Amino acid sequence: MMQILMQRLIQTEFQQYNDDSEYMNKRTPLYDMHVAAGAQMVDFGGWDMPLNYGSQIEEHHQVRRDAGMFDVSHMTVVDLHGDKVRPFLQKLLANDVARLKSAGKALYSCMLNEEGYVLDDLIVYYMNDSWFRLVVNSATREKDLAWIAIQSSAFDLEIKERNDLTMIAVQGPNARSKTHQALGEQGEGLDDLGVFYMREVDTDLAVARTGYTGEEGYEIMLPVGQASTLWAALLEAGVKPCGLGARDTLRLEAGMNLYGSDMDESVTPLESGLDWTVAWEPQERNFIGRQALEKQRDAGVVHKLVGLVLQARGVLRNHQKLIMDGLQVGEITSGSFSPTLGKSIAFARIKAGMNDKCKVEIRGRLLAAEIVKPPFVRNGKARI
Amino acid sequence: MSNVPQELRYTKSHEWISLNDDGSVTVGITDHAQHLLGDLVFVELPEIGDTYTEGDDCAVVESVKAASDTYCPLDGEIIAHNEALSDKPELINQDPYGEGWIFKLKPDDSGAYDALMDADAYNELIAEED
Repeated sequence: MMQILMQRLIQTEFQQYNDDSEYMNKRTPLYDMHVAAGAQMVDFGGWDMPLNYGSQIEEHHQVRRDAGMFDVSHMTVVDLHGDKVRPFLQKLLANDVARLKSAGKALYSCMLNEEGYVLDDLIVYYMNDSWFRLVVNSATREKDLAWIAIQSSAFDLEIKERNDLTMIAVQGPNARSKTHQALGEQGEGLDDLGVFYMREVDTDLAVARTGYTGEEGYEIMLPVGQASTLWAALLEAGVKPCGLGARDTLRLEAGMNLYGSDMDESVTPLESGLDWTVAWEPQERNFIGRQALEKQRDAGVVHKLVGLVLQARGVLRNHQKLIMDGLQVGEITSGSFSPTLGKSIAFARIKAGMNDKCKVEIRGRLLAAEIVKPPFVRNGKARI
Repeated sequence: MSNVPQELRYTKSHEWISLNDDGSVTVGITDHAQHLLGDLVFVELPEIGDTYTEGDDCAVVESVKAASDTYCPLDGEIIAHNEALSDKPELINQDPYGEGWIFKLKPDDSGAYDALMDADAYNELIAEED
């Protein structure tokens, strides 16, 4: 049984942690605290990260019902400084940073190549007119940094990867009040921080009202040396640690894409449910990938990303095939079990024009699934 | 540390087997296996009356993160399956050697059970894996 289990775990990006391995994984500043808390550690893109601390379903419910926290120190924080940083980002990103008008405001965007394919998805924060901050995925770090360096050559920017910072996400209906408590004086005044805004509350201590769960909460960037102190204060305030397992089911329920599963360099945002992140206006903004995207848009997009709910018992998994009238019409990009709905849910890339229902092939059998529009869950409530 | 009851027999693929008074055997997955899999959310049970040879995959247990086959430990016929797992697959996490049993088998060879791995050998096996 276990050989097969291992294969599946590897296929789904989580490689079992192995003490005998010759390579040494990167550890976050919170590694010792995870081990002390009994976390099951896994290799996640070269990082030793907590998969769960016991039950990932309990951790999932903890975030939907109260407050949970995630070590997301593997994420890459990049600061861009320079007078031309805004025009540079208007070229680099498919979404338009012209939408960022007040300090601290954040924007979600794809970064595309010339063919319109997705190099990465990221959040960009507007700090001030000569300083923007990007948070990009860890698995794409090297590729992203190289791409940004090449594309920015004419813009005279200083590109600074912030290895000195670490990141903790606190999510759930009670996440904000418990974070304020844990931050003490530094948390004063955060009540009026707007949705999708960041504020520096101390030197290099930035609190952003963003997240990857569909709940209220913060993503906190702070100096590496302060991470374990804040983690302990959050524990003290009643925030429970949650692993990557719960993070994945939470983001799936929330209808949020995972780079590498739901989109990559073989698809465009228009095929990935991310049309809303492409700023077509103003027409003269010539962002990288624009021409290719316009061409695809005008020709008609052949595939789309949809949500699926399995009608029968079972579990939808990545790469299972969608079948209609004996023909394959799509494939699951992220499949799992939804602890909130008590059913299996998924994202799937499917031929445009398919609505309502389809069949999914699971171990040779065809099971009925309903096609829905994500999100499945927002702010603790079922949306489908 | 995983719980490995002395009175049971085991397979390399992490099933446990107990011998019943009528000569049938009860089969489930071990505490070690359920811990590695994490929260179970679905179990596909074998049909009563189906026959299997040793090593056939005859059930599937799925956790949030992964699906895993369960193999038949002996040649024989399925005489019962644990219907309660359909609604409560988490019974395997909560009580892997009790309420989390998966199926009962009538072995073709009544002596085959004795040749299965004992608890000491299984303890050694999982110690090597760790």
